[in-house]
Amino acid sequence: MKHIKIRTRTFLQGGIHPPENKSVTYEHSIENLPLPKKAIIPLSQHLGKPALPVVKKGDTVSEGQLIGKKDGNYSSHVHSSITGKVTDIGPYYTASNVKSNCIVIQLEGEIKRMNADKPDWSNLSREQILQRISEAGVVGMGGAAFPTDVKLNVPSDKKVDFFIVNGAECEPYLTCDYRLMMEKPEEIVEGIQIIKKLLNVKKVFFGVELNKRPALEHIAEHLREKDNIELIALKVKYPQGGEKQLIKAILNKEVPSGGLPFDVGAVVSNVATINAVRDAVLFQKPVIERVVTVTGRIVKNPGNYKIRIGTPLSDVIADTGLTEEPAKIILGGPMMGPSVVSLDTPVTKGTSGILFLSEKEEKRVRYNAYRSCIHCAKCLMVCPVSLNPCMLSLQGEFETYDQMTRYDIMDCIECGCCNYVCPSFRPIVQFIKLGKSFLKKKG
Amino acid sequence: MLKTSISPHIHSPQNIEYAMRNVLIAMVPALLASVYFFGVRALWLEIISILTAILAETLMQLLLRKPVTVSDGSAAITGLLVAFNMPPNIPFYVPVVATALGIIVVKQLFGGLGHNIFNPALVGRVFVMFAWLPEMTTWNVPLHPDWIRHFNLFHINLDSITSATPLAVNKLQGMSALVSQFGSKTQLYLQSFLGNTGGCIGETSELAILIGAFYLFSRKVIWPTVPFVYIITVAVLTALMGQDPLFHILSGGLFLGAFFMATDYVTTPMTLSGSLVYAVGLGLLTVILRLKSGLPEGVSFSILLMNGLTPLIDKLIRVRTYGKQSKRGRDHE
Ligand code: SF4
Ligand code: SF4
Repeated sequence: MKHIKIRTRTFLQGGIHPPENKSVTYEHSIENLPLPKKAIIPLSQHLGKPALPVVKKGDTVSEGQLIGKKDGNYSSHVHSSITGKVTDIGPYYTASNVKSNCIVIQLEGEIKRMNADKPDWSNLSREQILQRISEAGVVGMGGAAFPTDVKLNVPSDKKVDFFIVNGAECEPYLTCDYRLMMEKPEEIVEGIQIIKKLLNVKKVFFGVELNKRPALEHIAEHLREKDNIELIALKVKYPQGGEKQLIKAILNKEVPSGGLPFDVGAVVSNVATINAVRDAVLFQKPVIERVVTVTGRIVKNPGNYKIRIGTPLSDVIADTGLTEEPAKIILGGPMMGPSVVSLDTPVTKGTSGILFLSEKEEKRVRYNAYRSCIHCAKCLMVCPVSLNPCMLSLQGEFETYDQMTRYDIMDCIECGCCNYVCPSFRPIVQFIKLGKSFLKKKG
Repeated sequence: MLKTSISPHIHSPQNIEYAMRNVLIAMVPALLASVYFFGVRALWLEIISILTAILAETLMQLLLRKPVTVSDGSAAITGLLVAFNMPPNIPFYVPVVATALGIIVVKQLFGGLGHNIFNPALVGRVFVMFAWLPEMTTWNVPLHPDWIRHFNLFHINLDSITSATPLAVNKLQGMSALVSQFGSKTQLYLQSFLGNTGGCIGETSELAILIGAFYLFSRKVIWPTVPFVYIITVAVLTALMGQDPLFHILSGGLFLGAFFMATDYVTTPMTLSGSLVYAVGLGLLTVILRLKSGLPEGVSFSILLMNGLTPLIDKLIRVRTYGKQSKRGRDHE
């Protein structure tokens, strides 16, 4: 720790300090959750088109076997997370709360552990590395679920100077990235080396929010001088882990409106994704499980669990227990995560947390009984992209969606800060999402 | 049954009730000062105004078939602000009319909290100022108080003598007359700051107002930008015009207006730059009205005028969005 100087950075405009609630699971090391009896694996766990099924009902599949093939550029492969029999291919509720096609696999037969010989990756070519990442179906695990092979395959006309590791984990409640940094520092550093080679960058920044100081120190111990990885302590402020805010905080650059991080010479990846990249490149291990923070005051055994992709929430509840009926279940953090309608909703590659809220906690939030805007300007102050959420919500209310472009609606990152502070409980993000989908449809 | 909604799923505890409750708490020091300096009559004025506000809001919302939101506290604030802006010896029906007008016409007929362009309390005050000009401009200062009578709840008539406010004396007779009236300059400043001068019941004690204001800053209910820029503008401009700046900022309704009326959420600009324009505009208008118009005081008028300009300020002044080159959100058009 001593030989490394850590600078503290933050983005300046906006942001909020919601109660962190990380202590619920902060000290819980990663544990395996038992295999689900039935896995419901969505064919769409990524940004692009759903994968095309390559198995049919009645087929026997083994753990890690390809069951959905990527369809087009921004799509991604999907693998079976357990060994068993395909019992159905059809629409089920997923995190987005619309039914989408899933492959259902009934657990059957033996599971074989993968061998853990550590191979050497240093003589793999750039193409081979990208190939392996793509074949393993790695997507961004911080929430956006952008296919990682696409993200790391920077077009040759763009020059990337910096790779930024996102260990901010700014969403309240979540600690899965923190535990990963505490328990797998070497793996993460190795993953960074792979990506560094792939991107051919000199400089790596590793940003961690200050409420995870042990992780920062732990990583520091595993860094060598020649790695050229600079640790950055980030002030605790939501949404510090937002890609655009992280770039502003660390590089003091702004991603141009409508652009991508590599427009300012940067690529950003979250620590869980980097860990998955390492497993994919070294062991050709597909993404069939991930670390998920199962949390909330009403969870009997909250913690960080390694859960197979496709495990339905009901299975998770059976294993972790609840002290009372949940009023709301959220996949991810409480600021941006969607709430689900069905207990059959499966864990996907992008699920960083499962948060159970009780009736009492749910009641406190009254976005459905919102009132008139009182022009208090709190939403303007907290908006990290300097929008005027108040005007956007008024236009949403009057359904004058066309007007919303005048207020840069497309630049909204849907972080929810404005919504969180609004004293009138106005559902601003909901209005913005409606506006965006209206404008997209209109073209 | 699981509930679902669009994210976020948590909310800050600072809702409308929180803000309004804290504003009411912040007005307590000024209320106590008003009773201390002007006797129980001040308290009665305040109680009557608050009750009028609550009653008017409830009746209007029932009449308009809207949910009754009087418990949010915003009506009570309007009532108390009207009372604060009344001379001590005003007949009780005057604040009743002012409050009712503010709540019924300016607030509820415009659509309720959030839809009013002007501060209801100020419109009420300015209206009765024209309707009852002599009453609204007769200032009384308590005679050497007999403390028992002073605080007797049923002693609603003030033992007092009429006297002009310091601002009026300054305007008509000049600063030297004022200084001799108070004995010394220091005494003038000190008594003005504590509130021991003629004026509206809630505005004279700058000390009490400041205590409340700092409470609101600490609770993050209001921000110091507008009030301080406003006051500094007044100080600078009066100094430039050859007046005593310290006297000007400690006199009249400047502090009450700056901290409790120019910070009203609904009627002030939303961006930081907009607030600066607004605050400097307030200072400019106040000084012009105080020194160049027939009125001795200009705070209420200035705030009302700037309230009227607020929608325009908010329309014209934009902040640059992250990642955009220009300030104008027009890149898509
Ligand atoms: S949700 Fe959009 S408008 Fe609201 S604070 Fe975040 S970026 Fe700004
Ligand atoms: S926070 Fe809510 S009430 Fe305040 S200006 Fe924004 S939308 Fe209006």
